Amino acid sequence: MTSTSLPGQVAGQDENAATADRPGGSGSRLADWRPGGRKLIVSAVMAVIGMAFLLPLVWLILAAFNPHATSGMSAPAFSFTNFRAAFQAGAGSAIANSFYLAGVSTIVATVVSTLAGYVLSRHYVPLKGPILVIVIFLTGLPVTLLLIPIYQMFVKINWLNSPFYTSLVLGATSVPFAIWLLKNFIDQVPRDFEEAAAVEGSGQFQILWRVVIPLIMPGILVSAILTFINSWGAFLIPLVLDSSPGDTPGAVGIYEFITANGQVQFGPLAAYGILFSVPVIIMYIISSRWLSGGFSFAGGIKG
Amino acid sequence: MANLRERQRLRPSTLAWLTPAAALLIGLFLVPICYAIYLGFTNLELLGPTAQNYSFTGLANVQRMVHDPVFWSSVKLTLIFVVGSGIIAQTVLGLALALLGQRAHVTVRASVGSVVVLAWVLPEICVAFIWYAFSQAGGTLSVLSGHSNDDLLSTVPLLIVCVANAWRGTAFSMLVLSAGLRNVPQEADEAAQLEGASYWKRLLRVTLPIIRPTLMINMLLITLGTISDFTLIFAMTQGGPGNQTAILPVYMYIEAFQFNALGYGTTIALALMVIGALLSVFYIRQLRPELRRAS
Repeated sequence: MTSTSLPGQVAGQDENAATADRPGGSGSRLADWRPGGRKLIVSAVMAVIGMAFLLPLVWLILAAFNPHATSGMSAPAFSFTNFRAAFQAGAGSAIANSFYLAGVSTIVATVVSTLAGYVLSRHYVPLKGPILVIVIFLTGLPVTLLLIPIYQMFVKINWLNSPFYTSLVLGATSVPFAIWLLKNFIDQVPRDFEEAAAVEGSGQFQILWRVVIPLIMPGILVSAILTFINSWGAFLIPLVLDSSPGDTPGAVGIYEFITANGQVQFGPLAAYGILFSVPVIIMYIISSRWLSGGFSFAGGIKG
Repeated sequence: MANLRERQRLRPSTLAWLTPAAALLIGLFLVPICYAIYLGFTNLELLGPTAQNYSFTGLANVQRMVHDPVFWSSVKLTLIFVVGSGIIAQTVLGLALALLGQRAHVTVRASVGSVVVLAWVLPEICVAFIWYAFSQAGGTLSVLSGHSNDDLLSTVPLLIVCVANAWRGTAFSMLVLSAGLRNVPQEADEAAQLEGASYWKRLLRVTLPIIRPTLMINMLLITLGTISDFTLIFAMTQGGPGNQTAILPVYMYIEAFQFNALGYGTTIALALMVIGALLSVFYIRQLRPELRRAS
């Protein structure tokens, strides 16, 4: 279910689907007039839908490189004027702030969830059942709804306008899902390695660090990358919890850039958007390559 | 037996390693939930005298909500947004792409798949301004729809934010449902084929019933994601024009942080939580036959 939304599935999907549709494809050819005729129609329909999805991205790229970009389709051009304007509007520091927020929240959430996931998978924990139910319940709870009480708590303990505490909130939003994911990963690792290490006299932490963590690295990376992407795009939480101008992350910076000058400057806006999107796109591509290998590795130790 | 007793013992590391996660979850989830249940029944304001000296006001906020026409229209907009752009558009488009992908040429499937996923990976704020530009007068969508001089975000705002949300979210359904379709056993489909059943009949009678649990879980996750969506709509319209796109999270924000009514904003958040819980119960009930079979 949820695990199918993982980045790794995308790369894995193609190979699997390519081998999976062959038997069905040859079977349906019996009923078909011309072999391949249906495949052509299906491909054409899919391509048309793909074009509709592509169009907004084409606008984004054309507008970013055209110094006279408007809300309409721009002519192809190749100028970096818009990127320069975006940097002058603060894109550089806003993206640096996003790296801080996403980085800190990813480290916090991943460390905390790995420890908790390991304990919930391996140790005796009183009330483990109810704890797991609460974790799953929190996975589905929209954090937006808790923003006002969190804001009010931050007012009382004076935590407002702090990038660190804001990133704690961002990290916490990913913790329930990360615990659930990592516990499932650890559940699939056989206990033999750990028991062997324990016999050799390794301590608890050594077993976790030397034996378990290398085996569940794919799971840790999935969890870290999902947390990072989630925190990177966060808008409402930093908007409310940290309003000091120097701390503005990219999402809030883009929003302020849209609303700043009355007249929307579409070219620099598109350039700003591309600058802000590239890190998560690169991260997604790397992870989907890396993780498809990682998943087969996880399957290897399972069998 | 000795091994079993060994495992039943509470080790010191158990508590130590659970503490950081427990602190985060209790401090930033459970305490705020309880605090929200209190704040929702107070007259807390963002600024002014009741920012400090707020008090418990009983059911005053609930009464105000029940008689607030904007709240009820916001509930309606939220449901339209969730059902229209989330459940219907994303599930249907995602299923269509997953089914087409099974039979399309490999190159077409791979490239269309990447484009759809790219729309999903983009930060939400970028999706918002792309579709904002698209629906302006002279924007591509306005031109293509034959209303090139209209600002579609003023004339049909709800439709546009629904389209933008469907564009962004379809990849998720596509990925979930492609995975579900890969798990459909070939034998079932081939048996129906030998009996001469058409493609559509096989889809309705064989494939869809088999992937029903995946479909339901997909819809549950979409519902929970869409119902609390804020960034996309707020950045595109700020809930306007005239509250026409103010779904509940946006209305909550407007009341709390623009009209300073933190207490009433919390009441709206609580109402939204109740709606989300009811919808989740509905889905889980639908899944009950499958869950029973699994256990």
